[in-house]
Amino acid sequence: MAKVFLKPKALADTHTHYCPGCTHGIIHRLVAEVIDELGVQDTTVGVAPVGCSVLAYNYFNFDFQEAAHGRAPAVATGIKRARPDLTVFTYQGDGDLASIGMAEIIHAANRGEKFVTIFVNNAVYGMTGGQMAPTTMPNQISTTSPAGRDVADVGMPIKVAELLAALQTPAFISRQAVLKPKQIFKAKKAIKKAFQYQLEGKCFSMVEVVSTCPTNWGLTPVDSLKWAEDKLLSYYKLGDYKTPEAE
Amino acid sequence: MAKVLMKGNEAIGEAAIKAGCLNYFAYPITPQTEVAEYLCRRLPEENGVFLQAESEVAASYMLFGAAGAGERVFTTSSSPGISLMGEAISYMAGAQLPAVLVNIMRGGPGLGGILPAQGDYFQATKGGGHGDYRLLTLAPASVQEAVEMVMEAFTLAEKYRNPVMILGDGMLGQMMEPVEFPEGLTTAPSNKDEWATNGMGNRNSNKPNIVKSLFLTDTDLNENNLVLKAKYEEMKKHEIRYESYNTDGDYQLLLVSFGMMSRICKSAIDDLKEEGIEIGLIRPQTLFPFPDEAIRQAVDKPSCKSALSVELNMGQMVEDVERCVHGKRPVSWFGTAGGVIPTPEEVVAEIKRVLG
Repeated sequence: MAKVFLKPKALADTHTHYCPGCTHGIIHRLVAEVIDELGVQDTTVGVAPVGCSVLAYNYFNFDFQEAAHGRAPAVATGIKRARPDLTVFTYQGDGDLASIGMAEIIHAANRGEKFVTIFVNNAVYGMTGGQMAPTTMPNQISTTSPAGRDVADVGMPIKVAELLAALQTPAFISRQAVLKPKQIFKAKKAIKKAFQYQLEGKCFSMVEVVSTCPTNWGLTPVDSLKWAEDKLLSYYKLGDYKTPEAE
Repeated sequence: MAKVLMKGNEAIGEAAIKAGCLNYFAYPITPQTEVAEYLCRRLPEENGVFLQAESEVAASYMLFGAAGAGERVFTTSSSPGISLMGEAISYMAGAQLPAVLVNIMRGGPGLGGILPAQGDYFQATKGGGHGDYRLLTLAPASVQEAVEMVMEAFTLAEKYRNPVMILGDGMLGQMMEPVEFPEGLTTAPSNKDEWATNGMGNRNSNKPNIVKSLFLTDTDLNENNLVLKAKYEEMKKHEIRYESYNTDGDYQLLLVSFGMMSRICKSAIDDLKEEGIEIGLIRPQTLFPFPDEAIRQAVDKPSCKSALSVELNMGQMVEDVERCVHGKRPVSWFGTAGGVIPTPEEVVAEIKRVLG
């Protein structure tokens, strides 16, 4: 009998520690499928963040480096500059990239470093147990904003894709989501494009992926998808913010 | 190769290239910015990587990434910049990455000043970043020695898979001296295929390499620390270097001094010799590992009444000298911080005061 659905070779044969309903597993799989399809498993180096995906290196089947909190873009810069023949990507969450690592991502993007950043935005610090992130929505409850995010006190959530798209240098900036099958197919296309641009030596690319965190949102997995669809996607609009073709 | 007259900072940059290091990531800071200005011209000539990072934090993680990919890496900075690199230095030690870092020290704490100092002795030898780690720390006292130490540092970093620190000061970086670059540098074959993220296909392996300093279980973390500890013990066995000066005769006092300050101490010793007063000197060339046994034996000499640690700081290395002497003789400190450099006459006066 013909096999019609297989685990990507670039994905390790193991269980993950992610919570039920978390979309990291989907995004891991999309990255692994793209790496398989482009045939670059043997030359790929991933850079893991600090956050829920800190152990990402256990779930992929290729070389990985584990960076300090927020420093993945600097680590990836070092790898790619020293070894331009390697395929390099960072996998970062919103606390890692949009808070402590903002300087590193802005400058890596602005230099046009030839690697890919997968930015998973679930509007909360997951690993440390649900604290407010720079991406937490107005009035969203977290353990460090128990009355909800007060925008008069801490400002509005940062729209990372728009922020990076405002720079002149980076050429592919896209925001996708993985809340519905249709979105998942589109997210994969964007991730594949980003890796292809790198293989063509074109540009820095970032794909922001709107994700869920049922555990820290205090919602069921199904309700989380609905909340993300209603609340996050109305603020974090999906689409390509910059493409090399448009330049 | 013939001798050439070079500024310390530029000679340090050239030494790295001569040692086969073609990856330099750094951020400008006085008094060592000439290294970057030199290498931004020289590295492209060698098809190397020069990148001015957005901060010392980023520079040190670029070092981490490139080192993790199995490449020789190098950065230079000065005291406040090294503080910012403290995080990555700890991560590199934890992940067992070879890297060479040069600290051309200036006075602190805080923004301090830009004049020469040796106030980062504790930072280099006792930590600086978090957790249990050590840096193999080399302290050159001339531009020639800086060149030789930088070139050897890459071999040492790879031998131990640990960051190596060259601890110089602003005087060393800014002054010009004749230098000769050693030739025929040989290094042991690299075992980087066993650990570096250089691409599975490039090493014909189907097993991923993971570069990390995260060990979530207590047993794994303890195991990693024991591996590191074993390396530091090996360094203590094999890498201790020091210079002895005027220690053959019966000296009344032992000076301990490192880097540029030791040269002033030698002048003081020569001046006192003319007066018939014999003073010995131990100059640690490695600050970690520290020459414990050499200092212990030197102060044990019956003629030696006490030890004096002379430093361009407020008394840091003196704590290591006290540890070595272990109460057998009085130990004292003499020094200045942040650009006020003692003259040989002032060192002579202090020695006479100690001798009574």
